[in-house]
Amino acid sequence: MSNLDGTPTLAATSPLVKGEIRPGCAKVDPIVIADNVTRQFGGLKAVDVAHLEIPRGQITALIGPNGAGKTTMFNLLTGFDKPNTGTWEFDGKSLAGVPAFKVARAGMVRTFQLTKSLGRLSVLQNMLLGATGQKGEGLFRSLIKPLWRKQEEENTARADDLLARFKLDAKREDYAASLSGGQRKLLEMARALMSKPELIMLDEPMAGVNPALTQSLLGHIKNLKSDGTTVLFVEHDMHMVMHISDWVVVMAEGRVVAEGPPESVMKDPAVIDAYLGAHHDTDLGDLMEDGPNPVIEAERKAHDAHPEADEAGYGEEK
Amino acid sequence: MDWGNILGNAVGEIISPTTAAYALAAIGLGVHFGYTGLLNFGQAAFLLIGAYGFAIPTLAGAPLVVAVLCAIACSVIFAFILGIPTLRLRADYLAIVTIAAAEVVRYIVTTTGLTDFTGAANGLSGFKGTFAAINPIPAGTYGFGPFTYNEYDWWIRIVGWVLVALASVLVFLLMRSPWGRVVKGIREDEDAVRSLGKNVYSYKMQALVIGGGLGSIAGIIFILPRAVQPANYTTGLTFFIWTIMLLGGAATIFGPIVGSMIFWVVLSLTQGILYGAIESGALPFVSTTQAGQIRFILVGVALMLLVIFRPQGIFGNKKELSFSV
Repeated sequence: MSNLDGTPTLAATSPLVKGEIRPGCAKVDPIVIADNVTRQFGGLKAVDVAHLEIPRGQITALIGPNGAGKTTMFNLLTGFDKPNTGTWEFDGKSLAGVPAFKVARAGMVRTFQLTKSLGRLSVLQNMLLGATGQKGEGLFRSLIKPLWRKQEEENTARADDLLARFKLDAKREDYAASLSGGQRKLLEMARALMSKPELIMLDEPMAGVNPALTQSLLGHIKNLKSDGTTVLFVEHDMHMVMHISDWVVVMAEGRVVAEGPPESVMKDPAVIDAYLGAHHDTDLGDLMEDGPNPVIEAERKAHDAHPEADEAGYGEEK
Repeated sequence: MDWGNILGNAVGEIISPTTAAYALAAIGLGVHFGYTGLLNFGQAAFLLIGAYGFAIPTLAGAPLVVAVLCAIACSVIFAFILGIPTLRLRADYLAIVTIAAAEVVRYIVTTTGLTDFTGAANGLSGFKGTFAAINPIPAGTYGFGPFTYNEYDWWIRIVGWVLVALASVLVFLLMRSPWGRVVKGIREDEDAVRSLGKNVYSYKMQALVIGGGLGSIAGIIFILPRAVQPANYTTGLTFFIWTIMLLGGAATIFGPIVGSMIFWVVLSLTQGILYGAIESGALPFVSTTQAGQIRFILVGVALMLLVIFRPQGIFGNKKELSFSV
């Protein structure tokens, strides 16, 4: 780690990290360890990650300019795309070459940048599809309702509980296609939670969501952490990244160029270099000044308005 | 024009074994397209395989049960042959492969090299013995008005419609279950279903096998009142089945049944009226051969009007289709 002016400083450390903080550093308790993952699209090396570890039980943000390979990395880790080289393990189990549905069953569940709600199924049916280990999903057992009725009732109760938490309970019987873009984001996240994942990977959870709804999504992501779920998310909204993440991984041109706690990673010259093209007129360091942080401001206002709500400021979109 | 005869023939189509066979085939196609979203443009091939898979063993002396199981087994194998290479790909690939495969199997059974087995272009006949032998109805003529048939004709109708009912119950039970929810999810977006830990490939294969199996049973019912004729299994047959399914509503239980009834009643009515008009000299510029073709032009026009003005079919849910997917 070095200062903005490039002079070396004392090695930075963090309670999450073994030894010195640097790109690809080893974590004290990693949930995902990836090695030498590359993915080539023709002449373009979209992902070229030598080593990456995701800390367990924390909220990790994966940021980087457009085309940095963040979503491709997501696709590779979750089995939706095949890498040219590389191995990675999740919770000690190797997941390289494992098909996407088995990755999800292992407890690593993702959402998509372009939401994939199942339009002509009701919101409740969308939720129930997320439950794992359903007896009624076997071809022959599905024909005999008594074999799966009880499990279905339990899953429905859990789905209703999650829908209430995500303020979608009023939409329970509506087709998912009738939801707004932001509500679909919420539904997709709630559906992913039906499977009780160890690690949830959110691909741009805030894209296209209005600012009021952003507040409630932030609350949900923080709640996930307090429930013991590890969160890895891709996001372009720097305020959100600074506000909720415990750890930030920065990718550029397929590589991990920097990592660190959100307070310090933005000062890393590699990060500033990476963003110069796209954000040359934004001083990323600005976010760290003592000036008002719009996210915190909005959250505080919302909390003042509804002090009884434990998650600040639900903004419901109609 | 003999209106009594025309109407009688048309009404008779409601319970004809051909109507039952088309309904069964449309139920199978509904499992493919309506519920799972598989674009199967080769349902005729499953009927063909059912027909030959039943007729060839029967003519070789196999008992009825063995012949039926053989037909179903052949359709399962055929479904695997179609599905293994294509179900991992996008939906359109299955459409291309099924339409080509249906033509391939039709040409195979028509080749003269296989005349000893398939009868080549002449097809097969004389396989009704084992089915007629288990007919519990005593010889004679039964029924009233347009529904007057001999014991064999009644036996085919009863068996055909019982099979339609059983297939409908099967589809109903499957589609109300979590299994049905998974395949409907696949229809909407298979990547989303994959991301929730479901083995999409396996579910698509199961749906392909079930729908194809229903198609092969339809193929057996279809040949019991007639002979096996390879010319019956052109892509035209596939598109009639599609018409029936869309007419009734693709993802519905009663849609394929009512769709098949309407399809055959309308075909019979238009034929009766056109032929009657030609005989009475009302249409001097049309021959009876041309009238046969005009019926199918009308079917085409009806299908176009249907998908434009009532895309959800008779039983379909308007709300389901009001969203662009």
